[in-house]
Parts: sequence; C-alpha cells; structure tokens
Amino acid sequence: METIRTRYAGSQWLVFSAVILASASWAEVAPAAEAEAATAKAETGTPESGPASEMKPYTEVISGTGVKFDLVPIPGGTFTMGSPADEEGRNPDEGPQRKVKVSPFWMGKHEVTWDEYDIWSFRLDELRREQAGIKPTNLDVKADAVTRPTKPYVDMTFEMGHDGFPAISMTHLAAKMYCVWLSEKTGHYYRLPTEAEWEYACRAGTNTPYSWGDDPDDLEDYAWNEDTSDFQYMKIGQLKPNAWGLFDMHGNVAEWVLDRYTPTLYPGMEGDLLVNPVVVPKATEEYPRVARGGSWDQPADELRSASRLSSNPDWKIQDPQIPQSIWYFTDALHVGFRVVRPLHVPAKEKRIEMGWEPLPGEVTEDGLKGGWIDDGDGSAPADVRRELKD
Amino acid sequence: MADTPRIDSSRRDFMKAGTAAAIGTGVLSNFAGSAKAYSGGDDTIRVGLVGCGGRGTGAAKQALSTEGSVKLVAMGDIFEDHLQSKLGNLQAQFKSRPERVDVPEDRQFVGFDAFKKVIDSDIDLVILATPPGFRPGQFEYAVEKGKHIFMEKPVAVDAPGVRKVLAAVEEAKKKDLKVGVGLQRRHQPNYLEALDRYRNGDLGEVLFWRVYWNSAGVWDPRKSRSQCKNELEYQLRNWYYYTWICGDHIVEQHIHNIDVACWFKDQYPTVARGMGGRQFRTDPKYGQIFDHFAVQFEFDDDTHVFSECRHIPRVWNSVSEKAYGTKGMLDMADRRGRMMTDSERVRLTSDGDPYQIEHDDMQEAIRKGKSYNEGEYGAMSTMTAILGRMATYSGKDISMEKALASDKSLVPTEMTWESEPPVMPNDKGEYPVPMPGVYSPFI
Repeated sequence: METIRTRYAGSQWLVFSAVILASASWAEVAPAAEAEAATAKAETGTPESGPASEMKPYTEVISGTGVKFDLVPIPGGTFTMGSPADEEGRNPDEGPQRKVKVSPFWMGKHEVTWDEYDIWSFRLDELRREQAGIKPTNLDVKADAVTRPTKPYVDMTFEMGHDGFPAISMTHLAAKMYCVWLSEKTGHYYRLPTEAEWEYACRAGTNTPYSWGDDPDDLEDYAWNEDTSDFQYMKIGQLKPNAWGLFDMHGNVAEWVLDRYTPTLYPGMEGDLLVNPVVVPKATEEYPRVARGGSWDQPADELRSASRLSSNPDWKIQDPQIPQSIWYFTDALHVGFRVVRPLHVPAKEKRIEMGWEPLPGEVTEDGLKGGWIDDGDGSAPADVRRELKD
Repeated sequence: MADTPRIDSSRRDFMKAGTAAAIGTGVLSNFAGSAKAYSGGDDTIRVGLVGCGGRGTGAAKQALSTEGSVKLVAMGDIFEDHLQSKLGNLQAQFKSRPERVDVPEDRQFVGFDAFKKVIDSDIDLVILATPPGFRPGQFEYAVEKGKHIFMEKPVAVDAPGVRKVLAAVEEAKKKDLKVGVGLQRRHQPNYLEALDRYRNGDLGEVLFWRVYWNSAGVWDPRKSRSQCKNELEYQLRNWYYYTWICGDHIVEQHIHNIDVACWFKDQYPTVARGMGGRQFRTDPKYGQIFDHFAVQFEFDDDTHVFSECRHIPRVWNSVSEKAYGTKGMLDMADRRGRMMTDSERVRLTSDGDPYQIEHDDMQEAIRKGKSYNEGEYGAMSTMTAILGRMATYSGKDISMEKALASDKSLVPTEMTWESEPPVMPNDKGEYPVPMPGVYSPFI
C-alpha cells in the first residue's frame, strides 16, 4: 500500500491540474457536425435538453468490409460514482464516492469484436481494395496512414473463438490507436470512454452494485463470469442489456478506459461536482491503467458497476522478447474494450492533453520494429513504419 | 488487502488449478554458500550470450533475473548492430542492478567465431540463441569447453545436426554439465498439472492428438538485397526465410506443440506423412520456406498426432495442443487450458512466466549440483519436427529411423563473409522451393 502511494505521488498533482483545466474548457468546444446547435450545459441533474436529447441510435458500417457495429446514445447527466463503504465485495479504490457530471456521447452497444479489430490490425480493408481494384476514398487514405500493430507471435484468440467474439489482449495503446484509425476510417470521432463515462453508462441510472440490482445470483441473465462462461469469453450480445441498451457491460471482457489507475477515486480533485474528469496517464508509465466491468475470468464481486481493474506488468509477462511489444498483452485474455463517440469534439491538441488519443512518445521506435516478433536487426519493416498523422 | 489496486483475482491466486508443480523462484537464496563448481571462486554464475536477437536478449534477461548472484559478462553476434542495440536494452532493463550486466568492450565479440570467443571467456553458463542452423556446432564446442548450456529451441535444422547434438549431450552427461533447452511449456505450471492428470489416466485411452501453430506469421524481411553487402548477409539478416538457417517454421515454431504431444505420450513417432506448400507468401523476398504444413505423425501403437502449422493472417488460426481419449479431452492453448472428462471440467490456467521458470530451474540445478539435462528430448523433438518437414517437402512417407540417419546436411561447416550461402537465387531473385515428388531429404 505504501509502495503504491509513493510510486505515484510524484506525478499526481501535475496531472490533475492539467485535467481540471481540460475539463473546464471541454464544454466550450465546437460540437460535432450532426448536432451543430448542441451546447453542453453546466447544470447538474437530469439529462440535457436540446439536440443532445435527439441523439439517435445508429449503425456504423466500416466501409469496404461489410462489418458494422451499433451505437446507442447516452444522454449527458450527473451521477454518483464509486460505491458506498458498506457495499458487499467493495474495494477501497472505489471511493470516496464522487458526484460526477458527464457530457453526452454515443457508446458501442457491444464490445469491439475481432471482426472489427482485425480490419485494422491485419489491413483487411487495404487488401480487399487491392484485390478488387478499388480506389481508396479520402477517408481510406487517411485511415491507411494510421500506425498499425506489428504481427502477433501467436494466435491471440487463444482458441476461444473469433467471429462475433470480443477482441482481447491488446495494450491500452493499441486500443487507443484502433480508435484513431476508426475515426479516420468512418469520419466520426471515436475514442475509449473515460472511467467516469464508463461507470455512468454501466449504471444506467442505478446506484445498486450491479445495473440489474443488488443480487449477484441474477448475474447469469446479464453477465459472463468465471461461473457462467465455460472458462472463456463468449459471443457478444447473448444476454440481457442494461437499462440503456448496453450489452456485456458486466463481464465477458473487462473494458479499457482512458484513465490512469489511482488507488482512490480522483484524489486531489476538490469540489462538489467533477465535470468530465479523467486522470491522464503518462506516456512513460505504461502501468497502471484502468479496465472496467470485470470479465469471464473473474468472480461476481469484480463485475460490480464500481469495481476497478488495474493493469500491471504481469499482463505482458509471457512476452519472451526484449524489448517487449507495445501492442500485445500476452496475458490479458480477459481485457478488451468498447468505443464511445462524444457529441462534442475538441481540437487535436486538447484531445491529446485530455488523454483521448495515444500520447506523444507512447509509440516508441522499438514498438514499430516489433518487440515480440523482432529479432533485433535494428530497422523497422516498411509496412509498420507509418507515423501517426494529424 | 486494504488499499491495494484491484488486480484480477486470477493473478492474485497465481494459478487456480492449484498444482503442486515446483516453482524455482525463491528457492535459490537458501543455497548460497553451498558447494559450487564455477570459476572465480565465488558463487556468482557468469553468463555469456551467443546470439543477440529479441529472444536471446529475453533469455539473458531471464537468466539474470534469478535469485542468487548472476551476471552477464560476454556477448557475441554475427552483427555488430545487433550486439550494441541489445546491450543497450539489457542495461536499461537492469538499471536498478547495473552490476548484473558487465560486458565491457573486450568481451563484446562480433563475427562468425564470436561464439567461440564468448565460450572461451571466463563464463560458467552460455546461452545459445542464434538462428538454429548454427546451434549444433556451438553446442558441441560449449560441451567440449565444459560450460553449462542453455540453448533455445530448435537445436538443429537437419539430421546430421541432431546427431551431433545427441552425441554432445552424452558428453555433457559424462562431464555433469547442465543443459537446458527452451521448450518452456515443459516448465509451465498448467502443462505440468495437465501432465499429471494425463498420466493418471483421466482421459482414458488416448486415441489421437491435434497440434497447431497456425498464426499470422513472423516479421517481414527487413533488409532488401541492395541494403546488404552480399547474398550471405542478406540471408542471415532475413534468416527466417531460409531452411538452412531456420529449419522452416514447422521446426522453428511448431516444435513447441509437437514436443508437447511427444512429451505427454512419452514416445516419438515412427513415421510421418505430410503435405504443404507456399500459397500466400509467394514473393521471392520470402526466400524458400513454406507457409503451410499438415503432417500426420504415426506412433508405434498406431495412434496419431495430427499436426498443422500455417503462416497466413486473417484465417482460422490456433496455437494449441489437444488430446482425445475414451473418457475426455485435453485442450491446451499456452497460458489457457482445460480438461473435460466424463466426471469433471478442470480449468488449467497459469500466470507464471515459464520463460523465467526454466532459468530458475536450471540455475537451481547448477547451484545444488543436481543432474539436469534436457538435451535429449530437445534434440528428438527437433528431429520430429524435421521429420515432418522431410515428409512434407518430399511428399513421401518417411520413417524416423531413416530420417535420423539422413546425411543431408544443410549447413556449411565453415563460413566467412566471402562464402556463398548454400542456396542462391536465380536471375529473377527466386530461391529454390522444395517440390513434393521431386525433392529428396536424403540427397
């Protein structure tokens, strides 16, 4: 306990001050094209009125691949984040409870599947175009320029299934880079949710331990965990959704959020109401970062709405090469992600300041060379040597 | 666990299956001061690294991360740039324990004889991690010089190489040298648990195995021909794509899964039949190796191991070993596994690092003077993978007996930068690709 506090104490204040600054100005940024009249209001309480409330569910098609995924609107609002001290199975990192306000966004109805993820990681869209002799669109050209991961050394499904199953074992960086690619590819801005957005969406207006209530025995209707999943992840969307139409928020795979892990909720951030808080990680510290919702590999209490998972070097322990890959967590078979699309999208500089995208320095030269698959001859292969473009 | 970060419970438990398998870590400090047989007059294990790629460097890191006093004192590689970049990586890894990486300029060796110079340095343990074509000669030399040896898999690329290793293994036993081979599943807790259950007969009579290394492939060639000073450098830089250096991927990678089946069955096959080719990776820059193999290994008791390895992305892939018996099945996929029998469902998951455990176990044997020699199974599992390659390249059914006796040697005995490699491209830059029905593994 002391070790952890000491290790992170040095950087916390700096990071938090930047975050507070960021969240204060977030509301002033230009709204997305689809909701031009929308403004984010600062008052607390019920979901916002106006165009934000007219956000509709939609299906995003990843062009040239036939792959699609669904998004549901999540109205902005205020909620109590974290769990009360007397909640069964609670860990101290779930407190103190905080009043948090989040702005509206769309959220993936499901976890990102291998069908979606592999288009990016294995360049399926580019190869399909080449084979069919189709010219890339302007969006394709921008998407093609986004950095992609090196090849995995083994098959990353670990025999648990591919089509329709959630993608797993990617690093936080890889999940964020996928979102950069998806944004270029579709022309809509996607990113990981903040930890606050994730919990807000998971709770869907509830304050019980689970979004279905307080009885872990009801879990089998809603969530895959170690008791119900046959020792592996399961196809997305087979169980009941939460009240806001989101599937598998509890269980199946834990889901990356943008935030760095802290041993309590937002230490050092004062005030009655936190607006769009996010704890921005440092590029030089790969750990610890947060994944939420628990997984097929965990007991029921780790699937609670407030439960937090902290990434650590063990998630990469069986990557046998030095340097290790920046793209794969060889031992995080329980971790995936889902995307969100914020209604309001600030400028690139602000997005990086808020940790919405890969941080400067997070993609290392070694990481482009390969790590896990590289035998160390010093030069990156041409097909991964692409720089992240603005 | 007040105020601790919430890490997944599977990590906290280390291993849910609860095996009693010995974990080397943490044992060694008890033996400081016990009988020791290494140079320097203290209990420090002095390590030399031959082959400074990503895996060799990883192996060095693990060798240096054991309990007890250990340090890296010499490094060697064919290429200067490999050595310098990986020395830098290791120094960064051991920033908090800089004394563990003590490789001054006069113990950095470059060139074809670098391995001899590393072995001739004042070391106790050598890590052999070059591409496998060079392994047999290096292993033989290290045994001759009386060093303990950790060598990566595979240990050879052809039958003469395997025979050379087998002979040197016998020498090593006589000298009581410790020999570790990088088939780390043999040290992986969930595999050891599975083995106990398998040997206990939980699956009933085992009828057959399916083993796979079907994956997206490995790194693309990183140097073009024009970036290299000659053909030999070009092939050595891009070694994976040349059978004489790499053994092809059935030998270089799939050996892991083939080894698991043979280990559990406690026998090696008598005959192999196979098919394969180059369907996806056809560009001349991919040298001469195949991109898919499917092999049936037949055993003395008429059981079979069905094996596939493939390097094609965006298809059904699997890296796993599965055994089928009259009472159930075993399904292992590296860190994840399960056994389903008539009476129970057992989860076989482990989160320990087998790459670390294999070095912990080996150095414990060195410090305690326990006999420790993985060379024989390392050589025979290598030979089994080579047998599969021979059957696939030739299209014939090949017996283990005949394969092991083959005198077809792929690797030149002497090499300088002026040497011509054993395979050369035609005027279109294409390399000879084995043709079933024409290719012979014997001539």
